[in-house]
Amino acid sequence: ARHNSYRGKKMAAVQDAPMELDAEKETKPEILSDGTSNLSGNTASGTLSSPPLTAGGAPKQEDQQTLIAVLQFLRRNKLTESVEILRREACLEDQEDSQTLDGSGGGKGDGDGGDANSLLSRVSIASAAAPQSTLTPIPVKSEYDQPDVSVVLSAYSQQGDPSLYQVYYSSLKNFIESVLDCHRAELSQLFYPLFVHMYLELVYNNHENKAKAFFEKFSGDQECYYQDDLRILCGLTKKEHLKGNEALLDFRTSRFVLRISRDSYQLLKRHLQERHNNQIWNIIQEHLYIDIFDGMPRSKSQIDSMSGSFAGETRREVNKAKVFYGLLKEPEIEVPLDDEDDEAENEEGKPKKKKTKKDSMGSKSKKQDPNAPQQNRIPLPELKDSDKLDKIMYMKESTKRIRLGPENLPSICFYSFLNAYQGLTAVDFTDDSSLLAGGFADSTVRVWSATPKKLRKVKSAAELNLIDKESDDVLERIMDEKTASESKNLYGHSGPVYGVSFSPDRNYLLSSSEDGTVRLWSLQTFTCLVGYKGHNYPVWDTHFSPFGYYFVSGGHDRVARLWATDHYQPLRIFAGHLADVTCTRFHPNSNYVVTGSTDRTIRLWDVLNGNCVRFFTGHKGPIHSLAFSPNGKFLASGSTDGRVLLWDIGHGLMIGELKGHTDTIYALKFSRDGEILASGSMDNTVRLWDSMKAFDDMETDDFTAATGHIHLPDNSQELLLGMYHSKSTPVTHLHFTRRNLLLAAGAYNSQ
Amino acid sequence: LDITNAKMTEREERRFAEVPRESIKLMAESTGVELSEEVATLLAEDVCYRLREATQNSSQFMRHAKRRKLSVEDFNRALRWSNTETVCGYGAQDALPFRPLKEGELFFVEDREINLVELALATNIPKGCAETMVRVHVSYLDGKGNLEPQGTVPTAVQSLSEDLLKYYQQITRAILGEDPHLMKVALLDLQSNSKIAALLPYFVYVISGVKSVSHDLDQLNRLLHMVKSLVQNPYLYLGSYVRSLVSSVMYCILEPLAASINPLNDHWTLRDYAALLLSHIFWTHGDLVSGLYHQILLSLQKVLSDPVRPLCSHYGAVVGLHALGWKAVERVLYPHLPAYWANLQAVLDDYSVSNAQVKADGHKVYGAILVAVERLLKMKALSLTLAAEGGCAGLPGTATGAVGFRENSLGLSPPPEPLSEPPLGIASHLQAGGAGCPWEEWTPVSLPAMYCELYSFFGDSLAVRFSTDPPLGGAPPSGSRQPLEGRKEPASGAPNLENTRKMPQLTASMNISPRQDGSPCMEPQPPSLAATVPGRSLARSSSSSSVSRSRSSSSRPGRSTSQSRDIFPKARFPLPQVGPPAFSFIIGGRQMGRRCQGRRFQTSFTPTPPLTTLPPRAYAHKLPVIGRVSKPVRRWTCSHYSLHLPL
Repeated sequence: ARHNSYRGKKMAAVQDAPMELDAEKETKPEILSDGTSNLSGNTASGTLSSPPLTAGGAPKQEDQQTLIAVLQFLRRNKLTESVEILRREACLEDQEDSQTLDGSGGGKGDGDGGDANSLLSRVSIASAAAPQSTLTPIPVKSEYDQPDVSVVLSAYSQQGDPSLYQVYYSSLKNFIESVLDCHRAELSQLFYPLFVHMYLELVYNNHENKAKAFFEKFSGDQECYYQDDLRILCGLTKKEHLKGNEALLDFRTSRFVLRISRDSYQLLKRHLQERHNNQIWNIIQEHLYIDIFDGMPRSKSQIDSMSGSFAGETRREVNKAKVFYGLLKEPEIEVPLDDEDDEAENEEGKPKKKKTKKDSMGSKSKKQDPNAPQQNRIPLPELKDSDKLDKIMYMKESTKRIRLGPENLPSICFYSFLNAYQGLTAVDFTDDSSLLAGGFADSTVRVWSATPKKLRKVKSAAELNLIDKESDDVLERIMDEKTASESKNLYGHSGPVYGVSFSPDRNYLLSSSEDGTVRLWSLQTFTCLVGYKGHNYPVWDTHFSPFGYYFVSGGHDRVARLWATDHYQPLRIFAGHLADVTCTRFHPNSNYVVTGSTDRTIRLWDVLNGNCVRFFTGHKGPIHSLAFSPNGKFLASGSTDGRVLLWDIGHGLMIGELKGHTDTIYALKFSRDGEILASGSMDNTVRLWDSMKAFDDMETDDFTAATGHIHLPDNSQELLLGMYHSKSTPVTHLHFTRRNLLLAAGAYNSQ
Repeated sequence: LDITNAKMTEREERRFAEVPRESIKLMAESTGVELSEEVATLLAEDVCYRLREATQNSSQFMRHAKRRKLSVEDFNRALRWSNTETVCGYGAQDALPFRPLKEGELFFVEDREINLVELALATNIPKGCAETMVRVHVSYLDGKGNLEPQGTVPTAVQSLSEDLLKYYQQITRAILGEDPHLMKVALLDLQSNSKIAALLPYFVYVISGVKSVSHDLDQLNRLLHMVKSLVQNPYLYLGSYVRSLVSSVMYCILEPLAASINPLNDHWTLRDYAALLLSHIFWTHGDLVSGLYHQILLSLQKVLSDPVRPLCSHYGAVVGLHALGWKAVERVLYPHLPAYWANLQAVLDDYSVSNAQVKADGHKVYGAILVAVERLLKMKALSLTLAAEGGCAGLPGTATGAVGFRENSLGLSPPPEPLSEPPLGIASHLQAGGAGCPWEEWTPVSLPAMYCELYSFFGDSLAVRFSTDPPLGGAPPSGSRQPLEGRKEPASGAPNLENTRKMPQLTASMNISPRQDGSPCMEPQPPSLAATVPGRSLARSSSSSSVSRSRSSSSRPGRSTSQSRDIFPKARFPLPQVGPPAFSFIIGGRQMGRRCQGRRFQTSFTPTPPLTTLPPRAYAHKLPVIGRVSKPVRRWTCSHYSLHLPL
């Protein structure tokens, strides 16, 4: 009873001074837990503390209602003295006289009293901490109208009774399972975020055993694609551990996004209101973002195709921003018409094609693609003479390109790395397929020549002084013939090299490593030029801009950074992913960067302003490969779940799902004309997909773009055009030569 | 760590490993610290969590290293993240042998003792790690996108080994040797061996030896068989060797081989075979070498237009063109025919004894040309039909007929040749290649015109071919005589609807054909026919068979004209006859229908309603043109009507 009086005083204080609440909230967790333990003088209840909550109004009426409820409770338990004190202190005399005689038959004993204590303490804490439920309880009008105590208590034991968490959850579960099928699928989306939040709250509030029991009971209900998260969660049972886990902290603070139709939402809201299941409601209010749309509820498959990410689905408005996905105007370069290779020209069908090719090139350079960004939206390096030569080479080669299609699949060249005991971690080819770089787990980068031409270093400065700089073949003379070899090793990193990328002009090579640096290597001297430090953690991937100069890197620090080769600090930092950025790619027009993450989402960032302009969810595992279609309109992504997803960048929609691989997809590449998508995986296969058909089948009209509800046809088998097996060589990288021969690379795995 | 692992294996049913507090206490004791139960419990839990966290982090390293196996190094990196000392001494990639101890639940990693002295003084110094290198494996596709068997070493890489050389010797010896059985085995192996890519140039060289054995038909034959085997070997990429093979084959087709001096040598068969082979090479590997088709055509044409060449060369050119498809015949042989005809005619008309051999050759050429142009006509007609497919589909008729017909059109699988016209820009090539070829001004000749012209050369023998050629006249007389009937009344039992179905355009031309007794295709017609005197041909035909005689005797002009029009769906004129026309459908032989009623099939046919269902006008107006083919040649009228006799 003495405790009760204390509590009553505290409550009165709280009620008298609601103004203080806001101030108190700032530093809530610590202060509150201290406060409660002091107040209650009861260790058991003292451990109950409340997590931070969002701000909101504190209607006085609610407090009053709480008090009434408490009074009722006290009375029922024959704690008349406390009742008196409380009433006096809370000035509630006027409200209730009729109820005073209500209580009858004591003898509940101290045990009950103790219970009451703990309950009340909770109530008090709750009322102090979070009186601002947006769900306004029924206002008190008369004594007949008074709410049931338990309801009100539950309303305020929001962080509350750990033992009731299971009840809350299962009552919601029962409800959702009982609703109509069309709503059930939508509402089922609530399970996972609620489960995680409730579990985390239990953990946060040190209800270790309750948390474990909760987990035991409900973890089995979650969608299978959340297994990885659940595995992490199940080991986490202490608040201290939670503190160290940034991903989960992010989960707590960020809002899980759900997309629910208005009907389903109303249904849920009504249910929660009827049942006064405020605990759930509060979590929904605070931790979830429900994106309500009008129209038909989505089907289970529709939902499943979009869910799976660590942070829920995409908010619709996120993908509304305009993306200039068109290609930049090709610089006009006069192609010298030499017919020295008329053999190729005479090839069947070739001359015609060449003609059309030229025409298209011409027309492309004449009129600007309406979806293309301004030519100078991002300052790009000027073309050097050598670049122009290379462009001419490229055009010549592309006239000899084989037109791929379902009837005409590419041949494949597999570059197997033998004796790579140290572990091959990354591979890249130059655009003209002349060089091949491998990053290895022993911190080395090796460069091979894929042509008979050997790799040579430039002569030393002293020797360079001796050569005749006026001679025509000066570029040849500067090379040191003695150093010619088929491969060169680049030493400098102090950890496994996870990403390598050639510059488009083939003069530089980037490598990113576990040691937290990105290094720029010269392929003239085969030395390291710069070490870019910024990521303090492993850098998982790096990629050169298609125009050179810029590059992007992403790593364990959950950000991607945009660099320019001549700046030692990043130009942009793209932050937003909730977990590691695992792969990064530049858009063909260099205005955008796409990143894939362990949080199972893909983000497209605008290089100009650093904004995230597209946010794609749908993968069920960390994303390990990304590829833009050559026309810049589409994106393909591959993840550990063995699926390739196709995205329409302009509309911000998923437009295809390619199922077939049985292991992580580490390599994706579109053919030069975009007709074929090749995917390479850990399962030792390269698969070819009919990307043209995939894109055509999915008609993205404005309606689907507006709602974002897509029906993915399950046509993976139709789209799968071919498959190449390797015996025991996981595919690490794929590349289409300029003539559309497919090159694949991987390390032979002898085990 | 070991203990964790131990526990992990011990209780697999647990969701995750736990470190028992006893272990913690033991470890603490080993470092001289006494722990209370409570502390040990807490520590155990924390250790457990940290281990799990580190393991989870380490899996990231594993994934990015693109491995399936978590290595100790991965775990160490994760430990470094959390500023924990790493585990040393387990960096080896080999799996650690993990052993349980029978007494007590103890698991440990086996750590064998190594005698350093022994190791240091060992004489068998292990080889250093092989250099990391890149090997290229090619899985190539043929031109049609079929995956060639994988894992073959690219030709460029493969070097010529002892074994291969031995193989080469054996094979060539077997093929060119005496033993036919050995030869067969060798050819079969050549056709299926996947490892002979490196020998390809050698074989090609051997084959190019055809020029030196032109006196020996047998050897030539064997070499051609060798070509065939090489071409059919799915593991071989012929590449530019196709050119060389083609030139060898062309040699056999076109050259006046030494062997052909002796008329007893059957070099004709060799040429036929070579021509077949040529077409096979072209259709399967033609895409490997650019402009191959064009080159072949050019050289064939050159031979054909060279009057100095012996007739056997001309024969080769014709069969070569024939083998290359009807398009080639249309482009090269057909325009060239008028010029060539004079020469051939001269040869054939010379009855002198000294000319006998040459004349026999001339007949060969004549026969070859005949076969070629007939197929040209058929294919051209067929291509028209196919082009007008849609128009046919709606052909009205009895219900069964309609259904049957539709089935027909479904079942109709276009023969590969006329449709798979090579996707080459033939015209452009030829223009580029120029050399005053007639194709520069070549314009497609309409089928009727072509037929007219050809008829002027071959006369009735041409038509005979039509009516008897098995592939088209599958249901022999009925199909050929009244293909339309077969078409309208498929249910009436014509077994080979598919074929009859293709016939309609030809019907018109067939009106001219009085002769039904199909002579074997290859039998050259008597030269007299070639003179194409209509009257003569008529006389001949009317006298040659009773069928034609009876037919020609009952000529009912009005009826048959309407009939011939009716053949084509677009009947521009109202049908003159009153009442439904009766079509006789004779299943059996030529005259059977007349005599035995049982074999005669009579059915009524409701006249075509005015073409509401017959859609494409293009088709409709195209076809009557063919129907009119026979008109300009008025002298044939009699034979023209003769076909309709049974009616």
